[in-house]
Amino acid sequence: MYATRTRRARPEPFAFHPGIAERLGLPYMDGQLAFSAAALVAFSIFTLGQATTHDVPGSPYYFVDRQAIYGVLGIIGMYLLTRIDYSRFRELRVGVYTFLCVSVSLVFVFGFAARGSRRAFELPFFSFQPSELGKVLLVLALAGFVIDGARNGSDWQRTVRYLCLGLAPAALVFLQPDLGTSLVYGAITLAVMYVGGVRWTHFAVIGAAFVVLTAAVLVVAPAVGTPVLKGYQEERLTSFTHPSADPADAGYQQNQAKIAIGSGEKTGRGDRATQTRLDFVPERHTDFIFAVIGERYGFLGAALVLSLYALLIWRALRIVTLSKNSYGTLVAGGIAAMLLFQVFVNVGMNLGIMPITGIPLPLMSYGGSSVLATFLAVGVLQSIHMQARLSQKGRFAW
Amino acid sequence: MYLRSDERGPAMNNRLALRIALFGGFAVVLFGILFFRLWLLQVLDGEKYLAEAKNNRTRSFRTSAPRGEILDRNGKLLVANRTSLALQVNPRKLPEDPAERRAELAKLAELTHSTLRRVRRTMHEELKLAPAAPVTLRNDVGHYLVFYLQENQERFPGVEVQRVFVRAYPGGTLGAHILGSVSEINEEQLKEARYKGLVPGDEIGQSGVEDTYDRYLRGRPGLTRIQVDALGEPTPNGRLVSKPPAPGDNLKLTIDQDVQEAGEAAMAERGLPGGFITMDVHTGEILGLGSFPTFEPSLFARPALTQAQVDATYNNPAAPLTDRAIAGLYPTGSTFKLITALAALESGNLQLDEAIEDPGVLVVGGQEFKNAGEAANGTVSLVTALEVSSDVFFYTLGLRMWDSGELQHWAHALGIGRPTGIDLPGAEEGLLPSQHWRNQLYKEGETDRPWSAGDNIQLATGQGDLQTNPLQMAIAYATLANGGTVVTPHIGLQVDDARGRVLKEFDPKPRRHIKIDPEYRAAILEGLHDAAQNGAGTSCDVFCAFPIPVAGKTGTAQRPPHADQSWYGVLAPYPNPRIVTFVTMEEGGFGAESAAPAARKILEAYFAKELAHDASTEEEESEG
Repeated sequence: MYATRTRRARPEPFAFHPGIAERLGLPYMDGQLAFSAAALVAFSIFTLGQATTHDVPGSPYYFVDRQAIYGVLGIIGMYLLTRIDYSRFRELRVGVYTFLCVSVSLVFVFGFAARGSRRAFELPFFSFQPSELGKVLLVLALAGFVIDGARNGSDWQRTVRYLCLGLAPAALVFLQPDLGTSLVYGAITLAVMYVGGVRWTHFAVIGAAFVVLTAAVLVVAPAVGTPVLKGYQEERLTSFTHPSADPADAGYQQNQAKIAIGSGEKTGRGDRATQTRLDFVPERHTDFIFAVIGERYGFLGAALVLSLYALLIWRALRIVTLSKNSYGTLVAGGIAAMLLFQVFVNVGMNLGIMPITGIPLPLMSYGGSSVLATFLAVGVLQSIHMQARLSQKGRFAW
Repeated sequence: MYLRSDERGPAMNNRLALRIALFGGFAVVLFGILFFRLWLLQVLDGEKYLAEAKNNRTRSFRTSAPRGEILDRNGKLLVANRTSLALQVNPRKLPEDPAERRAELAKLAELTHSTLRRVRRTMHEELKLAPAAPVTLRNDVGHYLVFYLQENQERFPGVEVQRVFVRAYPGGTLGAHILGSVSEINEEQLKEARYKGLVPGDEIGQSGVEDTYDRYLRGRPGLTRIQVDALGEPTPNGRLVSKPPAPGDNLKLTIDQDVQEAGEAAMAERGLPGGFITMDVHTGEILGLGSFPTFEPSLFARPALTQAQVDATYNNPAAPLTDRAIAGLYPTGSTFKLITALAALESGNLQLDEAIEDPGVLVVGGQEFKNAGEAANGTVSLVTALEVSSDVFFYTLGLRMWDSGELQHWAHALGIGRPTGIDLPGAEEGLLPSQHWRNQLYKEGETDRPWSAGDNIQLATGQGDLQTNPLQMAIAYATLANGGTVVTPHIGLQVDDARGRVLKEFDPKPRRHIKIDPEYRAAILEGLHDAAQNGAGTSCDVFCAFPIPVAGKTGTAQRPPHADQSWYGVLAPYPNPRIVTFVTMEEGGFGAESAAPAARKILEAYFAKELAHDASTEEEESEG
């Protein structure tokens, strides 16, 4: 401890002169985490380049150019966050939380409507969707509140408080309406509470309440004439149980995505891919991009992408265990859960085993807000990793 | 709570480690599910999904090929094609709004003289067979309607007009029974081997030579396979296969249009149900074949018949669709005597110079068999018996052969009561009554008595249980005329391609040969010649003034409860006939009354050139 302070205060004249890598902090970063994130966005750009050439008349690289810009911006953002001590966010938790709630509320006022839902602000160069960034903000703020909560109130009071704090922005997002993202918020809330040590019995009660609520929303509410979900939302949630041949049905999309992926077989159909090239699969550059990968590059390509996600999430979970403090543990746990939930629900939806919820595939799906937010989340993980490494260095180097 | 927020260093303790381990385990399970599902879809079931994907993205359109033309032996057009405009609806381009959609369909129904319900049902049925393909609402729409729709295109989104080929019959009803009809293939036919490769909506010949020679006439439909996107819209450069339609080959028939016209006109003039056939006795080529009443073959070129048309064809008790020349089942009356005479001579039951006493009645076992009109002809030889049509003479021959089966043997050899091999569908085998046949029926309790001499006496004069038709009789006459060759009657002559090159000639082998003594043949032909053109002959009234020598026999068949049926069979020219003509008319009375004049008209058409030549030489002579 003493040595560290001395070095900081007054550098030794013959001390080790750090090289360029050391100055950039690269040795303290998680290389595999950075690699998996960069590889995924690169794969995304490559796929978009092959699959969306004819989507925007006159500009064959419309999606590629933009996704590349988001990727570069994301990597820069990730790096900047890496160099910031994430613990600052704990101090800013109230401000972060307020910003989160205000920004997702503002879309009701200033947002522009797309397909019946207000989710984004129209900015001059791209449309910004605050709820995407909000996922990271929610993790940062909620983890801070959970640390606070460790000191006061009974167990039940704390559980209810966390739930309310997490579900308030989730409800706002749900009203936009954006069912998928609000489910991600829910998953984040539960994960942070889980890592934060909320009792198993409480989770059991929450689980039971969830089942009752789902039944009420899907069965009872429509029956008594006050449906909570919009018709298309309910249709999407339940359609994976009944594939359909009508192009207007949600079940049709899912069926076509399944056919697309299956038809890729082991090595893919490359440019002879028809399902995703000829509009049989909708939203091929966003929600259903995994179907494009499955059809074009077959089991090899799809399994490679899944493996990169496995690597990403494994590194995130590893960072949970490395964190130098409890706040870092909670934040890393929340981000790991966020990534796992999105990957499983999106890929599962492509494979026909999960409902269609409009959750993007992190780093693969086209979209600036999602790519940036995911890179920022990875940046927070990197920060936790770096702080842990620095503190270890401080402790063990001497 | 196990969190201690202000502690530095790895914030791990045992309880947290457990939770993180469970979290990690949960993640492993989720990834396991995804990998397994991916493996299932792509590796295990990949082929199935690949097939589905390929099926998804292509649409095939068939362009119908015009059927080949049908010509008579001299190249005169009997069946041609005309293009017709078909009104189609593309369901994908109809308005999405149900009310607008309904309004448009209702308007279309009105324009096509249909109802909204019928239109919807048609669309529903067609879309089940071929999803996303345009539905044909009505074939053969008028030009005025097409112009109207084109001018008001924006009011009828999704309505298209397609050019299709429809059969045209320049001769109207001419040859209706031989030509047959064309219509869409039905579900049972799709399963047949001969229609392999056809799809619902393709047209095939359903009867007549359109059916028999369908594989030459049909042609090959063009096929365009295009790649489509999810909306069924063609993709740019998405043309995968493009095969132009190949028109069908032309079929030339043995029919002589002039003979055919004369026959049909003669039948129509008398207005009685019946049939006629004119055939080359050496080759079996059919020059004319028809049945009355007849029908408009063009009726079947249209998709839907009106109720009145259905009643006039299918539900008509006169059965206009039945080809009586080949599917009729009648006793023949005295025209059968030629067969009886040949059987008796060849089996030794009659000598050429033998004379038989004809007192006008033959009594056998207490039963009287009388001559027609109860005439007594005295002592008659074979030639005279044929000339005056002495029934008692032939009753006697029938009695002589009543249990020997010799009459049946010769009738059978000449083709009575057995398949003829004609290249037309729907021909009937008929029935040649025999001892074995009736005794079998008697054993089974189907009849009240066994075979008796009376049965054979009836058969000898073409009465009783005999069931045959002009076709079989013509073959029998032809066999005698050509000296023993049982020809295969046929209507197909040759197949030409569109440029007139001969692709195939039909010259079916004779069914069989039988040995006929030339003396017997000469005697019988002489008897028939006298019957037609000698003063006492039964049909002298009709043929004595005919300049070409012929050999013909009348027949008056008893067919209770109907009035007598008129028959006439004639071989011309005598003594070396080239053609045989047979005519029968239900309820036509005595043979010379109805059938013989019709036969004469047919011969006049066939010998038109000779007759014109004769007439001009006569004129020259009288001038000289």
